[in-house]
Amino acid sequence: MDGQLFAQQVVSGLANGAVYASLALALVLIYRTTHVVNFAQGEMAMFTTFVAWSLNNRMSYWPAFVLTLAFAFVFGAAIERVVIRPVEQASHLTVIMVTIALFVTVNGFVLWVWTPDLRDFPTPFTGEPVVVAGVFFARHEIGIIALTVATVVVLWAFFRFTKLGLAMRAAAIRPEAARLLGVRVGWMLALGWGFAAVLGAIAGMMTAPLRLLDPNMMQPVLIYAFAAAVLGGIASPAGAVIGGFTIGVGINLLATYVDFVTPELELPVAFAVLIGILLFRPAGIFGRVAARRV
Amino acid sequence: MPLLELDGVQARYGPIQALHGVSLTVDEGEVVALLGANGAGKTTTLRAVSGTVATSGRIAFAGRALNGAGPESVARRGIAHVPEGRGILGELTVRENLRLGAYVRRGRREVERDLERVTEHFPWLRDRRDQDAATLSGGEQQMLALARALVSRPRLLMLDEPSLGLAPLVVQELFRIVGELNREEGLSVLVVEQNANIALQSSSRAYVLEVGRVAVEGESTELRAHEGVRRSYLGY
Repeated sequence: MDGQLFAQQVVSGLANGAVYASLALALVLIYRTTHVVNFAQGEMAMFTTFVAWSLNNRMSYWPAFVLTLAFAFVFGAAIERVVIRPVEQASHLTVIMVTIALFVTVNGFVLWVWTPDLRDFPTPFTGEPVVVAGVFFARHEIGIIALTVATVVVLWAFFRFTKLGLAMRAAAIRPEAARLLGVRVGWMLALGWGFAAVLGAIAGMMTAPLRLLDPNMMQPVLIYAFAAAVLGGIASPAGAVIGGFTIGVGINLLATYVDFVTPELELPVAFAVLIGILLFRPAGIFGRVAARRV
Repeated sequence: MPLLELDGVQARYGPIQALHGVSLTVDEGEVVALLGANGAGKTTTLRAVSGTVATSGRIAFAGRALNGAGPESVARRGIAHVPEGRGILGELTVRENLRLGAYVRRGRREVERDLERVTEHFPWLRDRRDQDAATLSGGEQQMLALARALVSRPRLLMLDEPSLGLAPLVVQELFRIVGELNREEGLSVLVVEQNANIALQSSSRAYVLEVGRVAVEGESTELRAHEGVRRSYLGY
């Protein structure tokens, strides 16, 4: 086996995986806070990336990046309050229909505003490839991995160490009990959607330079993210991140070393993983079967 | 002026009316017990105060109307409600549960000091603060719920059946601590209990509810001698 090729494929798998991990984490965040499987997560990410594209025409990359995250946060929180809140008590099927409607609406809106042209999207990680032990790695790939790891660490620290993070966890675990302690649960759920949209925006802005910006760009990514989230056990944030990286690297290595896995087969492979896990290990690799002392 | 005042409070769950006009008061620094059979409306009375059930009639706390305020706002006004089943967040650690008790408060240093101080009443909490709350026994969880309520520095503490499912010795200990807090810090308490014996021993006044109405009220010492109360709730 060629060591150089292997190392490069692992790193670009990790870069793809970082994007899947971000979006999977967004799915898990929303699932944990509002028990909704958000089929519109990818389209929300795509929409915020188009906003980033428009901002990029007016300013340099990082200010546009930060403004996009702020926009995504407000957008995500608003979606929760306006679209999800009214169906909070409705059946799962109703809520799923609502997120699918959101998917279609956001996609249509972007087509209407930005037209379906393909666009270049810049990456902030430019320059000569990084050389480690004689192996070349693309800057953008290294950058995606670093940015994702940093985001995950910040998010983890927020939930672990801050009062607001603690209140959000409480609101997700037992809303009625949290309310009695003075936690404004409704706002906590909206914040959860806001954070998820921010993660999606990062995923979108990291994906666009790899594939060109187009309104359907995030749909395959969403499938991989679902596979990652399910692999990690849909309610486990750490599982989603590890799941994302695993799927990214796994698919890349399969496509490299298994002859019949052509790029067209990558998505079906992810589907097979998804279905396999659901059939044989529905709690995921890191999921716990719910147990509670009464 | 009483700290808490309910006047003709009615409450319903859908078509079922649970309270048919309950009137009661709790004064500052008082421990008041709420007794009654299952379904008499004891829990609903507490829920009416904390805003987790829709009500009509007047509820006032420290002279201001409380009706219609959601549970979040009621908690912020200084009422700590330890609900039936204790409301412990089992997936969080003991310390995180305690920190949530202080969620409505500002002032980091003062909160830290109170977190320390509350462990004086519950010394064992100190050693187990990094444990998931779900791993505690029922009695320990009830103590944790009480400790968490205290960290919020409530003006009124409402306990819903704290003795439920606990061993008699643990129940004694729990009420001993509540009494201590009442004497030493002037904590006002409204406690719902099935165990009328211990509730009447630990309170200064009590109300007996029957089908959503106050049937008997008075000093706890008087109620212990009251023929009907004795027969129905004390079992001798």
